[in-house]
Amino acid sequence: MATLDFSTGLRCRVCGKLYPKEAINFCKDDFGPLEVDYDYEGIARNISRAKVEKRAKNMWRYREFLPISGEPTVGPQVGGTPLVRADRLADALGVRSLWIKNDAVNFPTLSFKDRVVSVALSKAREFGMKTVGCASTGNLANSVAANGAAAGLETYILIPASLERSKILGTSVYGSNVVAVDGTYDEVNRLCTQIALKYGWGFVNVNLRPYYAEGSKTFGHEIAEDLGWRFPQHVVCPMAGGALIGKIHKAFTELNKVALVSQPNTCKMYGAQATGCNPITDAVKTGKERHKPIRKPNTICKSLAIGDPADGYFAAKLIRETGGWAEDVTDEEIVEGISLLARTEGIFAETAGGTTVSVARKLIEQGRLPRDEEIVLCITGNGLKTLDALYEAIEAPVEIKPALAEFESLLAGREPVTV
Amino acid sequence: MAVKIEIPSPLREHTGGKTEVSVAGPTVQAALDDLVRQFPTIGSKLFDGGKLRPYINVFVNDEDIRYLDDMQTAVADGQVVAVIPAVAGG
Repeated sequence: MATLDFSTGLRCRVCGKLYPKEAINFCKDDFGPLEVDYDYEGIARNISRAKVEKRAKNMWRYREFLPISGEPTVGPQVGGTPLVRADRLADALGVRSLWIKNDAVNFPTLSFKDRVVSVALSKAREFGMKTVGCASTGNLANSVAANGAAAGLETYILIPASLERSKILGTSVYGSNVVAVDGTYDEVNRLCTQIALKYGWGFVNVNLRPYYAEGSKTFGHEIAEDLGWRFPQHVVCPMAGGALIGKIHKAFTELNKVALVSQPNTCKMYGAQATGCNPITDAVKTGKERHKPIRKPNTICKSLAIGDPADGYFAAKLIRETGGWAEDVTDEEIVEGISLLARTEGIFAETAGGTTVSVARKLIEQGRLPRDEEIVLCITGNGLKTLDALYEAIEAPVEIKPALAEFESLLAGREPVTV
Repeated sequence: MAVKIEIPSPLREHTGGKTEVSVAGPTVQAALDDLVRQFPTIGSKLFDGGKLRPYINVFVNDEDIRYLDDMQTAVADGQVVAVIPAVAGG
């Protein structure tokens, strides 16, 4: 079978130096981030809409844009999540055309992280690694643990000890070595870099990060294909490390580059964060070239609580260059966003999704997001994982005895019942 | 005793393979200057135009110097200064 690996190496985003495909995430000259380079002419010659459309509905439909050799050995069924036309939410927000890209139902661990992990762990196996790990705010922990278990890999997962209980349980259940660190995500992350450098294990978001991050592009590929091979005018995306927003935009650009989509990529990108951890939105709003790191994030939105985002500079730059904007919302607004999405669209998103919905509302009210153009909201994780955020906000059910009269007493004073 | 600088593996080719280098100096800036004096080729890796490169983080006893006094953060004998690549996570 002909190779479908069109990646040619890793290129430094600062100085442009090219590296071979190894387990390394930074340039040895200037420590700049490395990104996978591709032979796009080769991809263009080998890909067509018909070819993609014949493949199974999962992220590997776009495998020419992913840096693995041979068949994926981890996560072969990840992706292919719904793009939902969100008319009821559109009405509530007062916009004409709104879509939800719903990775709250991604397989197997209900967040977009399965996309990045399947690429990173497939690559780890190519490199012959037996032990893998990650620093995580929760969703990644779940995904590395589950996909690592299915692949028979030993996993070490480091998380801030303050994470939601369901995210910790949803990691430990897979038999991972879960290490809860008394510190912030950024401290966990620094520790993981030290471990990866010392032991040479495959940390998906450290030494495997260039490959890992590419998996996120499929979120964008799917949006474009499901819109009928075209791009929306606006995308609102949650930001933690700031990589996803860039990869969605990159996906659009490369679909145009290989002529799968003829429309140029003029999509405007909008970033969403929680006010309690808003280094990137602050950089955009105050015109800083580089974000100011936040020592102690303080928000219920733990999945976005990265005080020193690795891609903060690039995310802020992208937002500025595409003509988008960035906003942040309070914890109260995050819960309102979760509730609004659930009540209008029947989609239960985690706190990052509540952040995205409420930021979209704010941007619409500010006039930054036009009401008559097409908008896609990125929902990246499932609400069942962050129930802790809702216990106080959601009304407990009414309790009655199992008697018809008691039930009917609840209906008293309401509109006549419709059948 | 002196201040110790932990050298990450990608930079060890500049320190003759040493994982740790003892330096003298009252601040992070002075400590790193002493490191560069001892191992001159590491200078251009860490600094660009006299400024620390943006994708390097420096920690004193595991605290990021950006939350302390940055390059003027005081260091004392026995403390550990770690130089760690910043591009990770998310």
